[in-house]
Amino acid sequence: MFKDKVIEKIALDAKKWQQVHQEAVAKTPERLRRFSTVSDYPIDELYTPLDIQEIDFTRDIGFPGEFPFTRGVQPTMYRVRLWTMRMFAGLGTAKDTNKRFHLLVNQGQTGLSTAFDMPTLMGYDTDSPKARGECGRCGVAIDTLSDMEVLFEGLPIDKITTSMTINPPAPVLWAMYIAMAEKRGISRQMIGGTIQNDMLKEFIAQKTFMLPPKPSMRLITDTIEFGTNEVPRWNTISISGYHIREAGSTAVQELAFTLADGIAYVEAALERGLEIDSFAPRLSFFFNSHLDFFEEIAKFRAARRMWARIMKERFKAKDPRSMWLRFHTQTAGCSLTAQQPYNNVVRTALEALAAVVGGTQSLHTNSLDEVLALPTEEAATIALRTQQIIAEESGVANTIDPLAGSYFVEHLTNDLEEEAFAYINKIDDMGGMVAAIERNYPQMEIADAAYKYQTQIDSKEKTVVGVNKYYTEEEFPVDILHIDPELERQQIERTNQVKECRNKGEVAAALDRLGEAAQGHENLMPFIIDAVNASATEQEICDVFRDIFGIYRDPGVY
Amino acid sequence: MERKGQTKQGQRKVRILVAKPGLDGHDRGARIIARAYRDAGFEVVYSGLHQTPEEIVQAAIQEDVDMIGLSSLAGAHMYLFPRVVELLKEKGADDIVVCGGGIFPQEDIPKLKKAGIKEIFTPGTPLKEVVGWVEEHVEPRQ
Repeated sequence: MFKDKVIEKIALDAKKWQQVHQEAVAKTPERLRRFSTVSDYPIDELYTPLDIQEIDFTRDIGFPGEFPFTRGVQPTMYRVRLWTMRMFAGLGTAKDTNKRFHLLVNQGQTGLSTAFDMPTLMGYDTDSPKARGECGRCGVAIDTLSDMEVLFEGLPIDKITTSMTINPPAPVLWAMYIAMAEKRGISRQMIGGTIQNDMLKEFIAQKTFMLPPKPSMRLITDTIEFGTNEVPRWNTISISGYHIREAGSTAVQELAFTLADGIAYVEAALERGLEIDSFAPRLSFFFNSHLDFFEEIAKFRAARRMWARIMKERFKAKDPRSMWLRFHTQTAGCSLTAQQPYNNVVRTALEALAAVVGGTQSLHTNSLDEVLALPTEEAATIALRTQQIIAEESGVANTIDPLAGSYFVEHLTNDLEEEAFAYINKIDDMGGMVAAIERNYPQMEIADAAYKYQTQIDSKEKTVVGVNKYYTEEEFPVDILHIDPELERQQIERTNQVKECRNKGEVAAALDRLGEAAQGHENLMPFIIDAVNASATEQEICDVFRDIFGIYRDPGVY
Repeated sequence: MERKGQTKQGQRKVRILVAKPGLDGHDRGARIIARAYRDAGFEVVYSGLHQTPEEIVQAAIQEDVDMIGLSSLAGAHMYLFPRVVELLKEKGADDIVVCGGGIFPQEDIPKLKKAGIKEIFTPGTPLKEVVGWVEEHVEPRQ
């Protein structure tokens, strides 16, 4: 970045300054024995051009919309179009969530994002014994196509995109969405959205799993292939670091494991015979935005650069869109505190700001009460307003990648990239992410980091305001959203009605055809769409998979 | 020096089952607690995820534990936690102490305690307090 002569002069001056600084610290010691990020990455007192000597502007930073995309995937970024404000919502029954969706759209939200309840996430119907007490608790319950129709009733799904946070049964819920749209006369070529569909991070971190890793990879590859050929506006996977971070990883681990998962999906699709540039542009990512402001910004910038390099150098992609790391961000749920919950508004604002300065494509901001229960309407509105204030009052969206060139941020971006690539190399040596997961490698790395962080909080080495410092005995009551246990009975009744009205022979035949196809090598998506159109329930379809592929059991390591 | 988990000379260590009932997959807390118990000298069995109350009670009896620590972060605690206590009673193993940790609306806590959950730990509780509670309240069963 700098001429040799200039660097020499700076090096001399830096030495002098260091002496001055040391003398000052000898008189009045620094506040902390050691300064580090929330991920415990050590931070120096000052960064200068000496820390970014190795950087080549064209090679490492460049221009937005140009390789290596450090500064953003589009040339225009937020000056043309702000990020999509996409608040994750789901509660109770399809009817309840539909009401919340209408509210959010009326408040100016620009994309929908669906949270499902645990039974739906795990591929069980509400009437399963495994689902007792869980209906509608942490999202909406969807059992059949009919529920999906109610969920999106009256919403302009040809105009707004829908994200569905669903993993093991993702092909089933996606099939329901496609079938629902087609029943409304909207073709599958028209609909846009995302299914999370990222099973590797489930094994690593979030732990909603159904099938073992290998058949899980087959289903995912089926969706990527089907999407490439038939649903061109759909992101068939959202490769997610969010949950890896929530499980307690460091920023570097989030970056490394997420991109290593991405590599595994790309390899699986290539193995299927797809051409890299035919599917890679539809791969999308999902990251956490935690509290350490600069570390997060550096992480987002490093992620874009790393993925661009991986796609170009490792996979020989030619289309620049294949090299784009487009990502959704959610602020860190794990950073919120049950104590003094109103402080969570401030935490979320800081995290959202980091995501925006880091160049996210869409953003969910957590509500202040999410550490206690599903958000109330009021709390969800404040969270949306937080984004609107950042977008339209703070001025941070006026210029692209405003922190580029900061000695500190560029240095940190480089360091995160280097450390994350070291992890990726290690995973490659193990035989890739599926093999690494089977050895519990990422799981244990995260468990170590989570435990270390907890002990740092306990020893007060890391501060959590209101928890280990500045605590009060005072209670801060917040209103909590209650889910009526009666919903469970109503939902079971609804599904029973659907079951009574459907053509039983048609359902059985569709499920049989699905089972036969699953034992072969055909793409399963068309069979799943047929089954949901016949009103087969989510669990009936998933049971076909469970019977054929087996069930994954948590190894229970800690 | 006597290790913390070994309550008295000659007495066996306190045995704890850390368990995740229901479909909730949030296991960060449960796994941290399992480590903290282990580091404090207790014997720890971790159930792994997605256990039914029946499976948890069966494991507790099989493993001959003195305490079950239940973890829930997805809102189904009002069914799952009392169900574990109820099943322990049915099996005549209600001398196994049950406590819980996770995310709970404030008003659920007294209800859970009334249902036989001895203590409830909410987010932000230091590990020392969680471990200390066991040292104070749980003895190896006879």
